[in-house]
Amino acid sequence: MSDRSDLQVIADLVPEGSRVLDLGCGSGELLAHLQRHKGCSGYGVEIDDANVQACIQRGVQVIQLNLEDGLALFDDASFDVVLQLDTLQHLRNTERMLRETARVGRIGIVSFPNFAHWPNRLRVASGRMPVTKALPYQWYNTPNIRVGTFADFEILAGKTGLTVTDSFGLRDGRVVRRWPNLRASVAVFRFERR
Amino acid sequence: MASLGTVTAQQMHFAEPLPLKSGAALADYTLAYETYGQLTAARDNAVLVCHALNASHHAAGLDERGVVGWWDNLIGPGKPLDTERFFVIAVNNPGSCFGSTGPMHVNPATGRIWGADFPVVTVEDWVDAQARLVERLGIAQLAAVVGGSLGGMQALSWTLRHPHRVRHCIAVATAPNLSAQNIAFNEVARRAIITDPDFHGGHFYEHGTLPRRGLRVARMIGHITYLSDDAMEQKFGRALREAELGYSTQQIEFQIESYLRHQGEKFSEYFDANTYLLITRALDYFDPAREHGGDLSRAFAVARDNRFLLVSFTTDWRFAPSRSREIVKALVDNGIPTSYAEIDAPHGHDAFLLDDARYHGVMRAYFERVALERSGAGHV
Repeated sequence: MSDRSDLQVIADLVPEGSRVLDLGCGSGELLAHLQRHKGCSGYGVEIDDANVQACIQRGVQVIQLNLEDGLALFDDASFDVVLQLDTLQHLRNTERMLRETARVGRIGIVSFPNFAHWPNRLRVASGRMPVTKALPYQWYNTPNIRVGTFADFEILAGKTGLTVTDSFGLRDGRVVRRWPNLRASVAVFRFERR
Repeated sequence: MASLGTVTAQQMHFAEPLPLKSGAALADYTLAYETYGQLTAARDNAVLVCHALNASHHAAGLDERGVVGWWDNLIGPGKPLDTERFFVIAVNNPGSCFGSTGPMHVNPATGRIWGADFPVVTVEDWVDAQARLVERLGIAQLAAVVGGSLGGMQALSWTLRHPHRVRHCIAVATAPNLSAQNIAFNEVARRAIITDPDFHGGHFYEHGTLPRRGLRVARMIGHITYLSDDAMEQKFGRALREAELGYSTQQIEFQIESYLRHQGEKFSEYFDANTYLLITRALDYFDPAREHGGDLSRAFAVARDNRFLLVSFTTDWRFAPSRSREIVKALVDNGIPTSYAEIDAPHGHDAFLLDDARYHGVMRAYFERVALERSGAGHV
């Protein structure tokens, strides 16, 4: 979540005083915000050394783990909210990670770049891979191991046994609720275990 | 980076007996310690440094013989544990051979050197002794306690025995208890010492001998466990000492043999055999979950008001990252504020003593938070 207004939209989804687990928390910006403004507590999980240090620097509790190794460290339903923002596209086992997210938290919130955003579609139709703010990499140097669409996730959520309680898109820091699969660069889903 | 310069060891005598976990007591004892930096008027910037197996209270700066402290790369002006911000106390534990009351001293009850009769001391006993020193220095609450390996166990134990007398715990390259393999290595070392004919059941001082052979072998065994396979391979590989093979079963052929023998030799000249037995036993006994039916999470329930930093090193097979993660899990189960860094360093267990940019970066960032919190900047 590099965009500040995107961050604010996500923060608004987290209830006051929640215990939060932020998977792939980066430099801890969102957790710091939630601690300061919403009385939340919790941990970030991060693999990158520089990000771990940045989290510690800002007073965010961070646990250095590879998410691919699972969430054995965390008990069932031990968090009010588990965030998985801009992380899903880097993980090999998306399905298992979603199940783990739902196991550990009462509420899961996921965001990822929506590949079906219309400029991406146009670009692909023209025969080239898209390079946008949400997908800022060239096809040959992207850290994303997969791309997916808003509509794809709805299907996966159903298959994984998750109940989607809210979903919308984001574009330039604004919430997109009408035709998000076409009009949003980022997809956001809030879900619970069925 | 700047050094502390020459530091002077101090001693504090305690006349009141120290009750030990074994049921015995240390009737009266002295602790050797060093301090670096200045205690604030509010007495809120003290950091206690706990030492591991073969170290002492000389953690930083130069002693009168010019020897550099064992954690000098971490502690000093402008260093990660910054002595311009913190008042650092490094203490030598009872049972050691570096100045605090130990088996080389005279047992006042008998007038004989303690030797093998020195009572068995545990991590918990050390922590209680340290707590008395801290109290005597007029510090009601430590800003932090920090240690690596066996020192990390002491840091953890502080939060279990005196949770309200310390705020932060920084435990590096440590474990919630020893594995069977860890105990096995300790036992080989102990057998090497005890079966040395010069050991005399631990009363070698009276015989005017020292069980040097046993100590050498003990150190050689220990040293293997401090290094990673890769680090050893890189440093020594199959390098030979001479150009040609000597076809000898007893002479040194490989550089690694030469290195281990040298380490053993050095160690046997300054370390006490009874201390080695005592300290390896303290390692074996440490198991805070034991009193809680083996449940480490329950053990840490008393540490709810503390904050933790755990650090492990990927190539440490003595106290592997998985052992630190057990501690992290117990803390997370209790909702205790915890950070954990797993440093990808090649040096094995020894990495906690070395200057690695990622490791020291994490330590610096954490101590900066400790300092900020102290000055009232508080939580984010």
